[in-house]
Amino acid sequence: MYEGVVQDLIDELGRLPGVGPKGAQRIAFYLLAADPTDVRRLADVLVLVKDKVRFCATCGNVAEEEHCRICRDPRRDPAVLCVVEEPKDVVAIERTREYRGRYHVLGGAISPIDGIGPDDLRVRELMTRLADGAVRELILATDPNLEGEATATYLARLVKPMGLRVTRLASGLPVGGDLEYADEVTLGRAFEGRRLLDA
Amino acid sequence: MSLYRDEGVVLRTQKLGEADRIITLLTRRHGRVRAVAKGVRRTTSRFGARLEPFMLVDVQLALGRSLDVVVQAETLAPYAGPLMGDYARYTAGTAMLETAERLTDEEREPAVQQYLLLVGGLRALAGGEHDPTLVLDAFLLRSLAVAGFAPSFAACAGCGVGGPHRFFSVPTGGMVCPGCRPPGSSAPSPESVRLLGALLTGAWDVADASAVGPRREASGLTAAFLAWHLERGLRSLRHVERV
Ligand SMILES: [Zn+2]
Repeated sequence: MYEGVVQDLIDELGRLPGVGPKGAQRIAFYLLAADPTDVRRLADVLVLVKDKVRFCATCGNVAEEEHCRICRDPRRDPAVLCVVEEPKDVVAIERTREYRGRYHVLGGAISPIDGIGPDDLRVRELMTRLADGAVRELILATDPNLEGEATATYLARLVKPMGLRVTRLASGLPVGGDLEYADEVTLGRAFEGRRLLDA
Repeated sequence: MSLYRDEGVVLRTQKLGEADRIITLLTRRHGRVRAVAKGVRRTTSRFGARLEPFMLVDVQLALGRSLDVVVQAETLAPYAGPLMGDYARYTAGTAMLETAERLTDEEREPAVQQYLLLVGGLRALAGGEHDPTLVLDAFLLRSLAVAGFAPSFAACAGCGVGGPHRFFSVPTGGMVCPGCRPPGSSAPSPESVRLLGALLTGAWDVADASAVGPRREASGLTAAFLAWHLERGLRSLRHVERV
């Protein structure tokens, strides 16, 4: 235990995701030794981010105004909607520069063992968005793990009566790996999602 | 480094650090164990989907001070596949995993019967021969029995006098005779009681032929039993998709 404010800092840092007690201590002493202007800048940005940033009223992505940059952009195709779990997934897909549609951020995945069901996610907001029929294709880009797959399964069934095109991101073998190391579920998915080669 | 090998079902996973996960397994010989799977969240991980919940795996583990470490994992039955593609099976299966975790309160305490029940339950869910909620309720009732809380659906749970009886009491442990009947007992329909007995003993012909009403009532009574014997209710139970 350290005295007063140093221990307070270690405790606060230790509550951050992915930071253990050792890491918290390391960061705290790094900050103590750092240039005061650098630390001030970090403190300012922490306060600013809580002040200014909120969640987009339409898609749930992080935004600095009522609507996020993507929802405000008239060049983005309103007929294609990509459903993701978290804002960081939007960033990951944007980095590919492949996608020109819009997003819907659920805020997580269905995980009953953690007490999270469809009502705890932005599913109702998604249904409201789909109600006017403007969206023609719904891309389910939840994580390729158990909870993500189950969430995609749930959503696909829920929107089925709306008659729109529902797609799931292809999942399968990682590029750069050997086939013999693939597990059965991954390999099974890769078979399901196989595509025609035009030679 | 001390290694050991066992087979087990993945009950739960929790993120750890940047790319690792803590995997909770119910194993055949070592009971419930928790182990770190390093790098498992990277798309290039050699574990792939082998350490996702529902997977039945042959694992090699290294004994650690607080947590063991997964060294190797081979699939014995990839139950995650058929379960994640069907929402009713997924939610029923999740409640089974949580029950198995909660009824094995000690780590490393062998729980072979609970293990075999879970594997059998997941196999039945994945096979899709029975309604997922029937498979779940059968699993819950039998898990309670294995844990020493066997409910009685024929003889009186209080004095043992032969049935059939009309009244039902969770605290007494099932159906009760007029003499043992405590205040607040309910009177479930005879069809529901027959279904509960069939689920407990594995009479699937009776269970599969049951109607929606008794299924609902039997699920409610099973959940009440479970809540009585577990300190906290199951988080996943209210998310189970019912017919
Ligand atoms: Zn937006």
